[in-house]
Amino acid sequence: MSIVTALLPFIILLPPFSGFGNQTDFVDGFAQAGVWVLLAVGLNVVVGLAGLLDLGYAAFFAIGAYTYAYGASPFSHNHIPFWPMLLIGAAVAAIFGLLLGAPTLRLRGDYLAIVTLGFGEIVPVVFNNSDKYTNGTNGITALYQPAIPGLFPNGFGFGNPVPYYITVAAIIAVAMILLYRLQDSRLGRAWMAVREDELAAASMGINTVTTKLLAFAIGASTSGLAGVYLSSKLAIVSPTQFGFTVSFTVLAMVVLGGMGNIWGVAVGAFVIYELQSQGLKQLNNFFASSGFPAIHLGFINIDFSTINFLNYQYLLYGLALVAMMLLRPEGLFPSRRRKAELHDVDDAGAANQELVEA
Amino acid sequence: MSGQIAPPVLRTVGLTKAFGGLIAVKSVDFEVPAGSITSLIGPNGAGKTTLFNVVAGLYEPTEGHIEFLGNRVIAAPERGWLEPLLWILPPFATWALTYVVASMGGSDNLVQVLILLGLGLLITTLITAVIRPAWYGKFLTRLGIFKTARPNDMVTAGLGRTFQNIRLFANMTALENVLVGMHSRLKASPLDALLRTRQQVLEEATSAAEGRRLLGFVGLVGRDGELARNLPYGDQRRLEIARALATRPKLLLLDEPTAGMNPSETAAMMTLFGRIKTELGLPILLIEHDMRVVMGISDGITVIDHGEKIAEGTPAEVRANSRVIEAYLGKGAV
Repeated sequence: MSIVTALLPFIILLPPFSGFGNQTDFVDGFAQAGVWVLLAVGLNVVVGLAGLLDLGYAAFFAIGAYTYAYGASPFSHNHIPFWPMLLIGAAVAAIFGLLLGAPTLRLRGDYLAIVTLGFGEIVPVVFNNSDKYTNGTNGITALYQPAIPGLFPNGFGFGNPVPYYITVAAIIAVAMILLYRLQDSRLGRAWMAVREDELAAASMGINTVTTKLLAFAIGASTSGLAGVYLSSKLAIVSPTQFGFTVSFTVLAMVVLGGMGNIWGVAVGAFVIYELQSQGLKQLNNFFASSGFPAIHLGFINIDFSTINFLNYQYLLYGLALVAMMLLRPEGLFPSRRRKAELHDVDDAGAANQELVEA
Repeated sequence: MSGQIAPPVLRTVGLTKAFGGLIAVKSVDFEVPAGSITSLIGPNGAGKTTLFNVVAGLYEPTEGHIEFLGNRVIAAPERGWLEPLLWILPPFATWALTYVVASMGGSDNLVQVLILLGLGLLITTLITAVIRPAWYGKFLTRLGIFKTARPNDMVTAGLGRTFQNIRLFANMTALENVLVGMHSRLKASPLDALLRTRQQVLEEATSAAEGRRLLGFVGLVGRDGELARNLPYGDQRRLEIARALATRPKLLLLDEPTAGMNPSETAAMMTLFGRIKTELGLPILLIEHDMRVVMGISDGITVIDHGEKIAEGTPAEVRANSRVIEAYLGKGAV
C-alpha cells in the first residue's frame, strides 16, 4: 500500500503534463486541491477512525496559517524559512488540538460536534478582533514564499505553480504514508475500538483519554500543515478564509470520499475540489458557447448561457450528499470495513473474504 | 498446593455502592482465593453486575475498598481537593520567579522565556492530569491523594472481563479484537509506528501470532479474519473470552458467559472454564444464573440478595442454606 502512496505524486503528475487545456491553470488547480486533500486526510483520522465528530476543523487550519504568517511576514518582522515552519505549524496546531480535546473528551456525538463547532467559530473571531497581533479583517499580507537555496533562492514566485504543486504532492505523500502506518498500528486499533465501543475499549486496557487526544492532535497537525502551505501559496491570511464553510466542505469530502479509508478520502477530496473549481467553470464555458436553447415555462425563463454554475456549488453539495446517503452511504471509495457495516449480510461475507485475503 | 495459604487475588472490604437513595451494594465482604473459580449468584436485581462494575473500575464505590493482588486499588477518592493545587503550583512558582527576576532587572528575553515556560507547565500538568498515566497516580498516592482506579488501570493491574450483553468491537475482525485486548501490554509508541521501527514490526508479528493462538485456545481456529458481528452468538461469547485473556489477566471476570446458550453449548463453555483454570492457572470470578454451571464448576459461591451478602461457602453448603432458598423461592419454600 505504501508503495502506491509513494507513487501518488507521479500519478497525479500525469495529466498536467499531458498537454491539454491551459497547463498553468490546471497545475494551479491541482496545487490548490492539495490543501483540501490534506485537510480531508487529517479530518478522516478524527471522524473516520476515532469516530469523533469535529465540526470546527477549520480552526486548526487557521492556526496553521496564522503560525506561518507570524513566522514569516514583514508584519511580524520574523523570517523563518518555509520548511521548518511546516513542522512548527503542525506542532502548534497539534497543541491547540490537545487544548481543545482535553476539556471536551467527556462529550460524545452531537455534544462534541456542538463544542467543536463553537471552537471553529471562535478562532476566526479571535484572529479578527486581535488587531494588534493579526491586523484584524485586513489580514496579514505579503508573506514570504517558500525558497530552496540554489533552485529558487528568492521564493517560488507567483507565475509558476509547479514548485507549489510538487511541494504539496510531497507533503501529501509523506502524510499519507505516516497515517497509514498509524492506522495499522496499536494506536490505529485503539482508535477503531474507541469508535466501536468506548466502554469496552476502556475495559480492554485502552486509555481512551490518550487515544482520543492523539486523534485530535494528529488530525489538527495535518490541518496545520495545510494551513502553512496555503498561506505561503496565497501570501495572505485573513480571518474570512477559515469560516464554517471550510469545516463543512472538508466533512462533506470525508463523507463523500468514504469515511475511514485514507485513500478514498484523499481521492474524494481531490475529485470534489476539481469538480467544483474546474468542472463548474467548464460547465459555464460550455453553456456560454454551445447555444443551448433557453427554456420558457410561463413566466419562468431558464437561460443556461447566463447561469453562473459556480454560485450553485453548495446546492450541488447538498444534492450530492443526499444522493450518496440514498445510493451509496459508505461513500465513493469506502474502506472494506465500512462497506460491510452498511450493506447486507451477503455483501458482508464477501467483504470478509477480501479482508482475509488482504 | 503447598502448605501455606496463598493470599486472595481479590478482596472487597465493606464495599457499598449507592445510586442516589438506592443502595445497590451494601457493605459486601468477599474474596476470590488464588487458583479457584468463585461464583457470584443472586436473584435478578440483587446487585451482582453493579458489584462487578465496581470491581472493574467502572463505578466509584460509595464506601469501602477493594484490594487486588494485595494492593488497595479501588476506594472512594481521598483528599481529591489537593490535586488542583498540585496543577497550579509549578506554573505559579515559575511566574513568581519571573516576577522576582523582572524586579531585579533581569533581561527582557529571560522574562519572556520564563512566562512562556510557566504557560507550558500549566498546559502540560493539566493534560497529564487528564490523561492520568500510571506514574501520576502513584505520585498522587505517595502524596496522600487517592484516586480510584479507572477500567484501563484495572486491566493494566491484571483484571480481564467480559460483558453480560456482548460488547465486541463489531466491525473489527476477530483477530483485531484480540489485538485490542493486548493493547496495554504492547510497548510500541505512536512514534515507533510512524518510523516503523524493527521493534514495532516484530511486536506486531508476535502479537498477531499470539492472538491466533488465543483464538485457537477458545475454539475459534481459522476465524481470525471474520468480522466480529458476523460470528455466531456462541462464537462471539468465545471471542469475548479470548479478548479478555489477551490482556493476560491475573483474574478473569465473566458476566453471565453462558446466557442464551443451549445445553450442549453450555457444556462446551464449562469445559473451557475448566481449561482456563487448569491450563492457565487463572482464577475466575463468575456471575451466572444457570445453576448447573454454578454448582458444576465453582469452588466457592457467594450469594447476594438486595445488595447484601447472605451466604457463602462450597456449592453443597450454599445449596442447603435456608436463606438462599428463601431468596430464590420465597419464604414458604423453606
